[in-house]
Amino acid sequence: MPKSHIIEVKNLVKKYAKLVAVNDISFAVEEGEVFGLLGPNGAGKTTVISILCTLSKPTSGGASINGFDIVRQRSQVRQSIGLVFQDPSLDEQLTALENLEFHSRVYNVPASVRKERIEQVLGMVELWERRRDIVKTFSGGMKRRLELARGLLHYPKVLFLDEPTLGLDPQTRRRLWEFILNLRQKEGTTVFLTTHYMDEAEYADHIAVMDYGQLIALDNPERLKGTVGGDVINLSTVDNQKAQAELKERYQIQAGSDNEQLSFEIANGDRFIPTLIRELDTEISSISLRRPTLDDVFLKLTGHRLRDEAAKGELKDIVRQLGRRQRRR
Amino acid sequence: MNHLRGIYTIWYRDLLRVWRDKLRMASFLAFPLLFLVVFGSGLSSTMGMLAPGVDFSKFMFPGIIGMTVLMTSFMSGVSIVWDREFGFLKEVLVAPVSRVAVAAGKTLGGATIALIQGCLILLFAPLFGLTLSPGVLPQLLPTMFLVACALSAMGIFLASLIKSLEAHQAVVQLLMFPMIFLSGVFFPVDNVPAWMNVLVKINPATYSVDPIRQLMLGPESASALGITIFGHTMTIGEDLMIVAGFGLIMIILAMWSFGSQE
Repeated sequence: MPKSHIIEVKNLVKKYAKLVAVNDISFAVEEGEVFGLLGPNGAGKTTVISILCTLSKPTSGGASINGFDIVRQRSQVRQSIGLVFQDPSLDEQLTALENLEFHSRVYNVPASVRKERIEQVLGMVELWERRRDIVKTFSGGMKRRLELARGLLHYPKVLFLDEPTLGLDPQTRRRLWEFILNLRQKEGTTVFLTTHYMDEAEYADHIAVMDYGQLIALDNPERLKGTVGGDVINLSTVDNQKAQAELKERYQIQAGSDNEQLSFEIANGDRFIPTLIRELDTEISSISLRRPTLDDVFLKLTGHRLRDEAAKGELKDIVRQLGRRQRRR
Repeated sequence: MNHLRGIYTIWYRDLLRVWRDKLRMASFLAFPLLFLVVFGSGLSSTMGMLAPGVDFSKFMFPGIIGMTVLMTSFMSGVSIVWDREFGFLKEVLVAPVSRVAVAAGKTLGGATIALIQGCLILLFAPLFGLTLSPGVLPQLLPTMFLVACALSAMGIFLASLIKSLEAHQAVVQLLMFPMIFLSGVFFPVDNVPAWMNVLVKINPATYSVDPIRQLMLGPESASALGITIFGHTMTIGEDLMIVAGFGLIMIILAMWSFGSQE
């Protein structure tokens, strides 16, 4: 077994009463890489993370992190990992500093380096000035940054990020990513993240795609995009059905139809567009070309889009947070 | 060593939170004081002497101390339900701290807060005509702390099984109030109907209130107000054995329950 595999997952299965949340998945993560687990809400990503973090037990199969078994050596696994959860997990009644002090005590950070480490991570997420403020007064982005700082405080070998930027504004998301990538470079920390943001998955060295509890693809982003087979052309015409038939007859192109639009993949799309405009009998009302994204990969692999689900997921999240806020008072 | 640090950290956080929320702590004091002032003053003249030298105010005061400790301990479990609601419980559960330490830290945290609350009420004793000889405190405080630990363990165990604040509220209403009402806080329990007598005798709170009362009122009045089982009047030591046994079962259940949390 090569030592460079910091995470190894073998035939992992998690069943709830009737639902198979994770259905026999296996993969390995190399030390020091950014590994993305991609999939729509409910695909089983969070279940995988909570099993790897020892929060729940697998029904069958197993995994190891940093050489420690996630069922038999829980304590060592916990010491090896840092976590930033999808939902907030700070003590909002305490100050930022007190939250970090709690964490460094329970994670056995030696008292001699505690102060220095706290200053370092708070500086990194630019919250040192606010260290004595009660967390309740922080904005969503600040809380997330504080959680990230906390996750790094004990210098974990693997940092798990479960939808780390969900509900954050684009500027904060970008800043968070700078921190994460910087950290990987400086400390060699392995980053394991789940996301349904396509652009975030592209930061990863390897991406595993999950859908309905199964692993349906695992590769680097470039090669995954390569499976789409060239550029994506979106086309709308006065009569999409007719155009679709025409494309098939004339160019053997199987165009998908989605929301008043036809879309298909083709190599060297920029050269194909002039031909298409010249030759197509159906009148074209608009045409566009773009490089394939992971969203296209997902559509190709599963037959459904990731984005619709993601939007729904976000709405669910907002509703949940509102409910929580109301209950608080 | 690791265990101790874990217990200490969890205990310290609970105390810090209460310190942050001093207003809430003060509001918990208002309730027992209201009881003492309204019922104590209102009923003292009608009730007359319950035992030689013990009017209703004096009778009720140790009961209210017991009630304060019981309620605060029992309610300490709510912090777990809150932590679950606001996500912090996850931070605790994934930390490399044994679950045994988590349950122990939580229990000690709740018990410490309950002891402090009880002591604050104790400061009002002179107002209700009770004088405590300094010699009693070294017995009274450990007694209160033992009671607090036992009931906190119960509160923590129950809270670990409960997933929502609403459900916790319901359990508190259905369990805590009957336990307090049937423990001899408000009336002597030696002359109650047979069905109630059974409930009183199986109620662990009864054996929590009795030693506090015996210590505060002295042995003479205690013999008139004590708990009798099959003709035998319970001594302080016997009461405390029952409380300790109950607490031990509860803390084991709490540790087991935390160990199997997902």
